[in-house]
Amino acid sequence: MLSLHLILFLAFGAVCVAGAVNLLAQTHPINSALSLIAVMAALAGEYLLLGAEFVAAVQVIVYAGAIMVLFVFTIMLLNAGVEEHTKGSRVAIVIGVPGLLIGSVLLAWVVLHRSGTEAVAMGALPGDPRTIGQLLFHDFLLPFEVTSVLILIAIMGAVVLASKPEAIQKRKEH
Amino acid sequence: MPLPLPIFVLVSVIKSALILFILLTAVAYTVWLERKVVGHMQNRWGPTRVGPFGLLQPAADGIKFLFKEDLTPPHVYRPLFLAAPLIAVVFALTSIAVIPFGNSFEIFGYTIPLQITDVNIGLLFILGVTSVGVYGVALAGWSSNNKYSLLGGLRASAQMISYEISLGLSLVGVLIMSGSFSLRAIVESQQGFFWYMVPRWNIFHGQFIGFFCYLMAAYAETNRIPFDLPEAETELVAGYHTEYSAMKFAMFFMAEYANMITVACLATLLFFGGWDGPLFGPTVLRVLLPVVYFAAKIVVFLFVYIWVRGTLPRFRYDQLMSFGWKFLLPLAIANLVVTAIVVAW
Repeated sequence: MLSLHLILFLAFGAVCVAGAVNLLAQTHPINSALSLIAVMAALAGEYLLLGAEFVAAVQVIVYAGAIMVLFVFTIMLLNAGVEEHTKGSRVAIVIGVPGLLIGSVLLAWVVLHRSGTEAVAMGALPGDPRTIGQLLFHDFLLPFEVTSVLILIAIMGAVVLASKPEAIQKRKEH
Repeated sequence: MPLPLPIFVLVSVIKSALILFILLTAVAYTVWLERKVVGHMQNRWGPTRVGPFGLLQPAADGIKFLFKEDLTPPHVYRPLFLAAPLIAVVFALTSIAVIPFGNSFEIFGYTIPLQITDVNIGLLFILGVTSVGVYGVALAGWSSNNKYSLLGGLRASAQMISYEISLGLSLVGVLIMSGSFSLRAIVESQQGFFWYMVPRWNIFHGQFIGFFCYLMAAYAETNRIPFDLPEAETELVAGYHTEYSAMKFAMFFMAEYANMITVACLATLLFFGGWDGPLFGPTVLRVLLPVVYFAAKIVVFLFVYIWVRGTLPRFRYDQLMSFGWKFLLPLAIANLVVTAIVVAW
């Protein structure tokens, strides 16, 4: 029987896949970026169906809201133009498409039958903010903090790489 | 007792339509209020001709916008040029869905809350919707294919991302004190009094700095003076909506004022006790009075918005960025740390 949950799951999934295909098919970077936003939003809908409302909200705020705004910002700032499609080699179509299909079928089979975990029922995840907070700041505090330090290091590395060599030289002389 | 599905759908549709109508009317009359108040601050009368006190001016403006010629310049990127005002206005109107206006009331044995829907991530929902609303402004600026529009769009996206961090952090203090993302629960945590006279609202409960950060960041998020750089008319003609005319321009206008109202609603709910106020009289009055208190507090916030607009000049762009990153963000973090320590004590 088609439940409302299943219908919504399929609808969000369809939007997600359509957005992803459109992302590849579009020639203009800004259209691709907007397709990616649609993918992110559809994923947030899927999370919501699983009962992970906090993750869904964060998905929208962080990915659709902040990261993709930066993408769009960069595209606007660089004034990136329309890209040319390559004609596409025959190898990509002959081997790539069937390979992709076989790969995803295999992956689905392994996840469903070999991983030893049951498929998650709709609305079954403990996804309310209180549980997530308990997990992040109590049960897995150390991994969480280590990850944040890692990200901080990555940001500092990016700043160092982006700054001009003369500026670094100047700092060394001081 | 929970509502059966058909009645639930019916009640939701009625509530959504009613709240949308009220919101759009409020948007129209906020414009009127702004013109009137700024007029008086500048020793003018503001609108006076259409109706008593110019009260029918919003209707006249609406008709004018509908009948004006809708120009689409030939050099724009059409799909996004048409979509941008829609994005702006849709997301501005969506966030009202989770805002509670008053207590729930009972009718025919069913309990109906004065709110379209009460979700337990209400606050995050609003933050998410506002963060997606940036695309309206950014895409309008880019798709117009005009240097002033592009600069306005770039400024808008940079400014909104920068101030969203302070906005979010300034709210965490309130969240720590109430322990919930649900706006209804946050209001309910502010009931009662200190020393029998001062209401237990968060602003009197150690969140004054949080409120200050919220207000500053919210002014920047809604592109209002003194942070209205995306549409700074002395530098950028009209910023991101330079190329828009007629109803498309009106949609950006509506989005801006709807966002102002959402910000005022959030400030009321989070820092000023929502619909909290003295209750008395028969049941009908007990249901209606909270809504009146809520509306009154919102009008005060809208007045402050307009007052600031009539008083302060615009920031320079570098001042805006250094204020946001070097002053507001550390202040919000400090407020968060102090609140956390005090609550944990």
